[in-house]
Amino acid sequence: MTNQGIGQAVRRKEDFRFITGQGHYTDDINRPGQLYAVFLRSPHAFAKIKSINTDAARKMPGVVAVYTGKDVAADKVGGLICGWTVKDKQGNPHKAPRHDIIAIDHVRHVGDQVAVVIARSTSEARDACEAIEVDYEVLAPVVDVRSALKPGAPQVHADAPGNLCYDWEFGDKASTEKAFASAAHVTKIELVNNRLSPNPMEPRSAIGEYDPGTDTTTVYTTSQNPHVLRLILCAFVLGLPEQKVRVIAPDVGGGFGSKIFNYPEETVCVWAARKIKKPVKWTSDRTEAFLTDAHGRDHVTHAELALDKNGKFLGLRVATMANMGAYLSTFASAVPTYLYALLLAGQYTTPAIYAEVKAVFTNTTPVDAYRGAGRPEATYVVERIVEAAARELKIDPAEIRRRNFVPVDAFPYQTPVACVYDSGQYAKALDEAMKMADYANFPKRKAESAKKGKLRGIGICAYIEACGIAPSAVVGSLGAGVGLWESAQIRFNATGSVFVYTGSHSHGQGHETTFAQIVSDKLGVPMENIEVVHGDTALVPMGMGTYGSRSLAVGGSAIIRATEKIIDKGKKIAAHLMEASVDDVAYDKGIFSVKGTDKQVPMAQIAFTAYVPHNYPADLEPGLEASAFYDPANFTFPAGVHIAEVEIDSATGVTTVANWVAVDDFGNVINPMIVEGQVHGGIAQGIGQAMLEGVVYDPKSGQLLTASFNDYCMPRADDLPSYKVGMIETPCPHNPLGVKGCGEAGAIAAPAALMNAITDALGTEEINMPATPQNVWHVIQRQNLAAAAE
Amino acid sequence: MTISVTITVNGQQETRDVEPRTLLVQFLRESLQLTGTHVGCDTSQCGACVVHIDGKSVKSCTILAAQAQGAKVTTIEGLAKDGKLHPMQEAFREHHALQCGFCTPGMIMSAVDLAQRNPNPSEETVRHELEGNLCRCTGYHNIVKAVMAGAQAMRG
Repeated sequence: MTNQGIGQAVRRKEDFRFITGQGHYTDDINRPGQLYAVFLRSPHAFAKIKSINTDAARKMPGVVAVYTGKDVAADKVGGLICGWTVKDKQGNPHKAPRHDIIAIDHVRHVGDQVAVVIARSTSEARDACEAIEVDYEVLAPVVDVRSALKPGAPQVHADAPGNLCYDWEFGDKASTEKAFASAAHVTKIELVNNRLSPNPMEPRSAIGEYDPGTDTTTVYTTSQNPHVLRLILCAFVLGLPEQKVRVIAPDVGGGFGSKIFNYPEETVCVWAARKIKKPVKWTSDRTEAFLTDAHGRDHVTHAELALDKNGKFLGLRVATMANMGAYLSTFASAVPTYLYALLLAGQYTTPAIYAEVKAVFTNTTPVDAYRGAGRPEATYVVERIVEAAARELKIDPAEIRRRNFVPVDAFPYQTPVACVYDSGQYAKALDEAMKMADYANFPKRKAESAKKGKLRGIGICAYIEACGIAPSAVVGSLGAGVGLWESAQIRFNATGSVFVYTGSHSHGQGHETTFAQIVSDKLGVPMENIEVVHGDTALVPMGMGTYGSRSLAVGGSAIIRATEKIIDKGKKIAAHLMEASVDDVAYDKGIFSVKGTDKQVPMAQIAFTAYVPHNYPADLEPGLEASAFYDPANFTFPAGVHIAEVEIDSATGVTTVANWVAVDDFGNVINPMIVEGQVHGGIAQGIGQAMLEGVVYDPKSGQLLTASFNDYCMPRADDLPSYKVGMIETPCPHNPLGVKGCGEAGAIAAPAALMNAITDALGTEEINMPATPQNVWHVIQRQNLAAAAE
Repeated sequence: MTISVTITVNGQQETRDVEPRTLLVQFLRESLQLTGTHVGCDTSQCGACVVHIDGKSVKSCTILAAQAQGAKVTTIEGLAKDGKLHPMQEAFREHHALQCGFCTPGMIMSAVDLAQRNPNPSEETVRHELEGNLCRCTGYHNIVKAVMAGAQAMRG
């Protein structure tokens, strides 16, 4: 028992089915009489649809139906919604142009859906798609934010003049101006945060199924938040009664944000299934995933940092242009605003901060939350400019950070950008990381690299993130259309085993293990007797799902609240069984006892008694189950320091990550094995962003040039190093587990650490992500030419 | 038009009538309902569909079912013997070498083949050999550890 509770590296309960090929992912599920949907997608980035002829397609073998946007419109299906309304500088709501689930008059990005074929097999549906004739009037597209904001640029939506979704500001402009006026030094930097494709290994998939007898609709889909999807589908898009819709998100093969959103495809499957009265299944292929899964990042930023002569930060001002793509995705508006500007203080005491963000429509795939969502972009700005300032002022990059850290005795710490940091030990993490990275001996290693004709660099990133975004009232006041609490239910069986229902969703994070550990620890039930259930709206109480590293801090806290209710009721039953007063009953790890005596009753006996209440308190309901909903008092603020060291072959531009150190503070840790795994994966995605990955559109045609794993460089095993992961634990003071969240940290920290190392090696800030061998080689060539010219 | 294809899958001879264009992975997933073999891309890059054909690892999306006529195919479902996990499966669980589990079947099948050819692989060899198997969750750190440990366990 003792080796399975909180803090132990318990091996995962979910692994057996995955290592034996017995997982149940959406595409593994087949329903009787199931048909297959294939979408015809726009080959153009921007075009007017003049006509669509589906006559030939309808006559193809196996075809059951062919639908276009007009068929959808005839059924009065609503457009997809954005669930967070951002208000611009004047207080006007953002522009959220209509997003039809099948395009009607215009297509606005390559891959926009134009028609759907539903057939007996995928291959027949695919063949029939080829037979649909679409007459397009091709329009000139615009794909990047700078071009889209220019006067005379193509207009993506008639009702978003100038392609502007919003022009938003945050922070104190006047005090920031004042800080710059008094500065001894100002560091300026131009940054591009490259657009990424999330690429969970499991492509999106959905099955819509309708039972006319009960008028019930079931949706199997790859979702990170099945209840939120049900709510949006019912209340906004399809107008269905919520009690008649069941959303099941079974085993989901990774999400990284991209499976939070309501997409056209699952919506069409549900709509068509109700129309045809047969199950309709769609599974994305990888090219479709590149074309339609919401992308991440895509910021262009100018930032300025004001410092005094000692390197103390006085003010930060940031102007960012954020690419929204062709439509406003489910939570897209929040990412470059409230998930971004609120984190611009970083780990520092910068007293004045002002940010302006222009969100811009383009003829590209919609952009929304991707691992970190706004927080990696903020960290990238802060940690690149801090490093640049240190170099300009010739202060050691570690030292300049130390001079500006929020000190340990300042918590709770109010930043100038709304956040109240809960707890942290920033200098301690830096010390620990520098020790692990052997920072002191870096010059020796650099000299050794130089002897081999190689460049060596070291880079620090001291990141902060905000997880478990809440409380609901606060996010509501900022424009969120949902609450951000979480639910839990604990249900004992008469034999003493337990179901744990959580409104969060696991798609790789290991909740079935971590949450079982919590319950095992608190209720004294062996791990093997605990079943964690998630991902089915018919079983689980309304929940908000998993994103923003919220599951443990919010969902785990709800589970704790439920265990407390179980223990309270258990005490009453125990008091009755032991003929004692409830006040005299003590509880510890599954055992109820009478204080000062040797009388005790185990939890299993309490559960049995609750369901076989022959000898039972007269005023107590039978049964042993408890529900809890937890709405956090504040965000949690995980923080840490990553140090990257690189070696660059100046002849080829090939960069090797020579060392990686991460020291993270996630508060208390339930399962260190799982937490370290989350850190590894996050770092890999961050290294991917910094060195390998990047979505590329052809600026003229708007074609997506990186629409396969041939063209989009996913990190492979031989691209990456092993990581040295250390941890410090400063408990979160405002949730019952003292936990902060760990899912996104690596992806937040890694890009800045790596780019600081690469720019250190190259001796210039002028290189954008991804720092591919070609990009690095070009910088070196430029430098060589400049040196030769002197 | 359909053709008849006979393949021995996990020790069992299976005959099905399929369209000639049916890929081996479709034959496994759709005709035999062996859904442990996954499809993660359409360009034979990701390796989620790796199975063994006559003992060698092959991406089952790169060959037609008809090309496997008469062959012996092992999928992830056939790796454990007599209710006992294969040492590589055990190593993946022990070293937390999986998160979402989607790449795992292909990763394990590749790793078993790797270890059969390289009983004592270095970290560098493992990383190089796994180039054809993408994982988005783990950053490969624990996969590499698991493959080395699994190879050692297979050596006995």
